[in-house]
Amino acid sequence: MGRSVGGPILEVEGISLSFGGVVALQAVSLDVREHEIRAIIGPNGAGKSSLLNVINGFYHPQKGSVSFKGRKRRRVDPHEVAQQGIARTFQNIALFRGMTALDNLMTGRTLKMKSNFLHQAVYWGAARREELEHRAKVEEIIDFLEIQHIRRTPVGQLPYGLQKRVELGRALAAEPDLLLLDEPMAGMNIEEKQDMCRFVLDVNDQFGTTIVLIEHDMSVVMDLSDRVAVLDYGRKIADGTPDEVRHHRAVIDAYLGVAH
Amino acid sequence: MTHLLYGIFIDPFVQMGAAPDLLVQTLWEGLVSGVLYALIALGFVLIFKASGVFNFAQGIMVVFSALTLVGLNEHGVPAYLALALTIAVMLVLAFAVERVILRPLVNQPDIILFMATFGLTYFLIGLGELIFGGDPKVMISDQLQLPSGSYRIPIFGGYLQMQKIDVAATIIASLMVAALAVLFNRTRIGRALRAVADSHKAALSVGISLEQIWVIVWFAAGIVALATGIMWGARSNVSFALEIIALKALPVLILGGFTSIPGAIIGGIIIGVGEKIGEFYWGPLLGSGIESWFAYVIALVFLLFRPQGLFGERIIERL
Repeated sequence: MGRSVGGPILEVEGISLSFGGVVALQAVSLDVREHEIRAIIGPNGAGKSSLLNVINGFYHPQKGSVSFKGRKRRRVDPHEVAQQGIARTFQNIALFRGMTALDNLMTGRTLKMKSNFLHQAVYWGAARREELEHRAKVEEIIDFLEIQHIRRTPVGQLPYGLQKRVELGRALAAEPDLLLLDEPMAGMNIEEKQDMCRFVLDVNDQFGTTIVLIEHDMSVVMDLSDRVAVLDYGRKIADGTPDEVRHHRAVIDAYLGVAH
Repeated sequence: MTHLLYGIFIDPFVQMGAAPDLLVQTLWEGLVSGVLYALIALGFVLIFKASGVFNFAQGIMVVFSALTLVGLNEHGVPAYLALALTIAVMLVLAFAVERVILRPLVNQPDIILFMATFGLTYFLIGLGELIFGGDPKVMISDQLQLPSGSYRIPIFGGYLQMQKIDVAATIIASLMVAALAVLFNRTRIGRALRAVADSHKAALSVGISLEQIWVIVWFAAGIVALATGIMWGARSNVSFALEIIALKALPVLILGGFTSIPGAIIGGIIIGVGEKIGEFYWGPLLGSGIESWFAYVIALVFLLFRPQGLFGERIIERL
């Protein structure tokens, strides 16, 4: 699938979020266009993960709104957000550690499965057929991410880089329209980072998935993304193409510090 | 001194050898009570696995469900309709627990949820007494067409006497465990249950609704409680005293591990068989009464040497 950036799929408007007296986000607005790779960067504590958690429904902002595919939403729970076609990964991997890599990916298919509880309870007919269909889809993703060899391994035993990959796989298994990646390359070595970059690009290119990613590594962000938003102390201080952002005064100050 | 040692180490085994039919009989009795312990423990494991809540009310749910069944029948509801209604009551209970207890207390420390299930226990005791009275009731075994009478199987020159209801209980328990094992390991719901047990936020992010899962596990635990209540009620009768026996599930869980379904079963059987054998062969030596404390001593030994139980997940604290 060739990729051509379309109209906005996600619009975040005037989000303010605070925990007690601590302000995490202040009037943050940004949009994400269909099929693009959108990066959110910023120093530690800038509010990047908080913003992702708002989009994902884990946090409920005090002010502002989020619209996805043109539908504005008030207060939603994470599992409803997942139903609308948003999948995500976590900064500190959140896998189902006791399950195999395969089962972890199968949980990603949860929302695609239709057979009812009774079918499930007796495991007949429809439920069984359905299980096999979804298995086929998951195997495709396993091939795509090159994790065939660890299919049956409980993920708790896998090295960190592979766990990150399985987590990406679980998000992909949901066939999301929008994929949120919270520091997908954090803690990886160069080789693992390169692999992950390739997967992110391939996902975007082959499946046409819109991707929002948070990342610390500036070089990664500049290579991958179409547009970059920069947060600092809960405010958006810059937004634009990687080149524009790179030369933006406020961004340089935020990253390198300002002389007082 | 030698007399005592003889009594402990030699005489019981001589007796076992001399009357193998009695040994088999004792093993059977132990197996039957073990199965019932296991069923109660199973209810605990289901809820603990999926929500991390230690449900103190599991024992009273056994009494409450059996009481509802018998009580409805006393008020003129036909037996099978009463059974269906009781299942419906357990479903309503599951919804109510999720809405009133779990949802408002989500993310609270475990001890708070544990205390909340204490509250649930006393609520169910009160509600049960209020509606159906506190007197022991007789299980409606005949109306439900549960088998009565017994088999006499010739064995080792003697007889093994098996109550038909016990045989039925063992078979039904096995089927229920098998069904749960398939549900847990092979289906979407089962995967969702395990997912919730592992990580709430990851489960939410793939679209699993915690509320739905909680209702499902509490309902499943309610059904297990009802089955246990019917079986146990048919052997003795339905009264709040059953709750004391439900406490035996605690050592069973310590033995088997809190998160393991096979652990609950095997733990239950070990405790059941152990206490019957202990009572029968070593009881006279200690002035009997072994049955009432044996399980707890076993649990204590396990806590000292293998706190995760036989099948539980290893507890590794990272420092």
